Amino acid sequence: MSFSLNGAEVSLPGGTSLLLALREYGLNGPKLGCGEEACGACHVLVDGVSLPSCALPVEAVAGKSVTTLEGLGSAEHPHPLQTAFLEEQAGQCAYCLSGIMISAAALLARGPRPSEAAVREALQPHLCRCHSHNRILRAVMRAIA
Amino acid sequence: MNLAFHGTADDKPRLPGSLHVNRMLSQWLEFSAEGFVTARPGKVELGQGILTALSQIVAEELDVALARVRLLPATTGTSPNEAVTSGSLSVQESGMALRHASADARGIFLSVISQRSGVSPEDIRVEDGAFIGPAGPLGSYWELAGQGLLEAEASPDARPKAPGARRLAGTSQPRLDLPAKLFGQGRFIHDLRLPGMLHARMIRPPAPGATLIDLAPTDARLVRDGGFLAVLAATEAEAERAAGRLRPRWSPGTGLPENTEAWLRAAPGEDSVVEARGETAPATITREFHRPYFTHASVGLCCAVALWEGATVQVWSHTQGPYNLRADLAKALKLPPENIVVRHAEGAGCYGHNGADDVALDAALCARAVPGTPVRALWTRAEELAYGPQSPAMLVRVEATTDEAGLITHWASHVRSNGHSGRPGRGAVATLLAAPWIEGGQPMPASINPPVAGGGGAQRNAIPGYDFPNLYVGLTRITDMPIRTSALRGLGALIHVWAIESVMDELAERAGMDPVEYRLRHLSDPRARVVLEKAADMAGWPGEGMGVAVARYKNLGAWCAVVARVEAEERVRCRHLWIAADMGEVINPDGAVNQLEGGALHGVSVALHERTRHDGTRIISDSWAEYPVLRFADVPAVTTALIQRPDERPLGAGEASMAPAIAAIAGGIFSALGTRPRRLPFTPENL
Ligand code: FES
Ligand code: FES
Repeated sequence: MSFSLNGAEVSLPGGTSLLLALREYGLNGPKLGCGEEACGACHVLVDGVSLPSCALPVEAVAGKSVTTLEGLGSAEHPHPLQTAFLEEQAGQCAYCLSGIMISAAALLARGPRPSEAAVREALQPHLCRCHSHNRILRAVMRAIA
Repeated sequence: MNLAFHGTADDKPRLPGSLHVNRMLSQWLEFSAEGFVTARPGKVELGQGILTALSQIVAEELDVALARVRLLPATTGTSPNEAVTSGSLSVQESGMALRHASADARGIFLSVISQRSGVSPEDIRVEDGAFIGPAGPLGSYWELAGQGLLEAEASPDARPKAPGARRLAGTSQPRLDLPAKLFGQGRFIHDLRLPGMLHARMIRPPAPGATLIDLAPTDARLVRDGGFLAVLAATEAEAERAAGRLRPRWSPGTGLPENTEAWLRAAPGEDSVVEARGETAPATITREFHRPYFTHASVGLCCAVALWEGATVQVWSHTQGPYNLRADLAKALKLPPENIVVRHAEGAGCYGHNGADDVALDAALCARAVPGTPVRALWTRAEELAYGPQSPAMLVRVEATTDEAGLITHWASHVRSNGHSGRPGRGAVATLLAAPWIEGGQPMPASINPPVAGGGGAQRNAIPGYDFPNLYVGLTRITDMPIRTSALRGLGALIHVWAIESVMDELAERAGMDPVEYRLRHLSDPRARVVLEKAADMAGWPGEGMGVAVARYKNLGAWCAVVARVEAEERVRCRHLWIAADMGEVINPDGAVNQLEGGALHGVSVALHERTRHDGTRIISDSWAEYPVLRFADVPAVTTALIQRPDERPLGAGEASMAPAIAAIAGGIFSALGTRPRRLPFTPENL
């Protein structure tokens, strides 16, 4: 199955979820948390839309553009969200943060200065069981300020 | 407390924290010629930021830059045995050990350099690891790294810095592990990919007590040991598919109680007296409180990797206690412990004894079938929610007697609960999930309660912190264990603090007094008074929909007061929490606030959402849809104040706020609705 992954063309075997295909490919950002589209840990951008990748067949992204945490930014060139999350120390275990930053990135790309309510709504699919929610909200608000 | 459960060194002079039972400096610290120092704590990173706090302590006492400190993940055989990372004790046990060891190490290097150079120690200062005399540099840790200077027992005479001289401990340093996690650099155990690694998925009996009758032939790579079933495959996707294709037949299980509350009242147990002083008297009021089972529900899935070579096995695990896990792996696998190496690797957030240890045995059993090949075992969401240890359902009865002024003269309470600890490594029989099912496995032992001096389990915080002249606290540890129970953040405190504070509120109302004022009338503990007054002050107490609670965690940890403001429409929502906490010396204030807020919001989730549901056969809340938890839309604002006391012993932050948050929400519900909750969670059906 061919698609663009973090800006490069790849071809990954089908017959599996996008999440497991990405992890099998060697990516660490997207995480398995449930496989039932209920926790948000596995979110990736598909043509700019934040979607759970755990129940999405690889076939569904053929010819599309997929972005994972690794494609947002790097230690050398961090995405503004990654910078803001570091500045706010937003997280504890950080298992949830890849998916959360992906949804926040999709929201940011949609238009300038979303309200805090819009940020909460965008993050509603995501669980954070360390309960760092308020820091995460602050980090996203900081990144869009 | 953890150390109560393992080795002692009682004939030796007392050393701080875990240093007492791991006395060699070289167990803890090692300098390298390249200019860094390796510290080996036996405590592990659970997402709580302990590695950062410990690094700060080491850098502080050695007088080196923080960036020079490298912490090794705990590994059996090489790291000191610090039992379990739990109970909010890591700074007390590991931090105080490393502080003392580092101060001692600094002193040893100082005296060697002083003797060598002839410069008196008072004239030498240490700057980022360099020892500098009046005429310039005299040497460094790095230069003397290979000399074996740390091959010595720690001296009880070492003197860490005075609180006023600290420059790093007590400051909000950023988390050292966070950047790698924010950039997807593969720091989680889930990201560990060993060459040739196979993936395993387990197939569990559908109900407790069910046994395997037969299994249709399969083309899957099957691992079977008694009733333990798993499949192996080259990829995760294939392993999932293979597991889904297996068609085992199981006997019906042994059954679960239909009604937990009725079962709690009637189940057989062991009675004990937790505390008794003074007399008993006829009760002015009697109240009962019930909480259901609930569970850890980490966002991550339990994971382990194992690799057998000959008669030895290495296991990578996000366990809280590598040595304890090793002890139970040894029992289950019938191996000497020396043949097992447990290496800690970071997992998702850990809030108590979850399935981390269980999956380590799963991985070891699977990997035994393919010697020389690493195997990664991963749980499913259903296993997380329904097969991992649950926090036990509990029932508490409180009787209180007041005088003419409405003040409390007698207090009696009784709790009925399963034990709150089924942790591995503490008994004769392994307590890992798969252990009873494998060939020759022994039944799962009933969980126990640590003693009160160690913080207690079911009885944790059952003893009120108020000055009641007459007190009786009783405990029945239920010895039937239809659902496997163990430690989850707060343990018994979650129900006791709520029960105590609810009765305080009710008696305050009868006495015609404000709830804060009423508490203060019964509270002589000065540090408890300070946090209570602070939280009330921050919140602008009293107010519509507000409730308040105060407790000292475990009666020997941090003091914490919480005011909650709730709104009740078709259901209850918590809108704001004000937290004031005194945890003595704070190593990393931002980390402490993060932990306190996380604990309090975890309390909101437990108060308003969480409940493990079961029918007469099995746990049925095995998906996120069936086990709802707090999400962004319902997260309240949180305002936190630390009462910092740099001269006092450090106490943990992770658990202190959770029980008071639950209790404060209950009080807020009364203020908003006029109903006093008696059952958790505080959902419309329970109110
Ligand atoms: S793993 Fe996809 S939503 Fe949970
Ligand atoms: S930081 Fe641990 S789940 Fe969000």
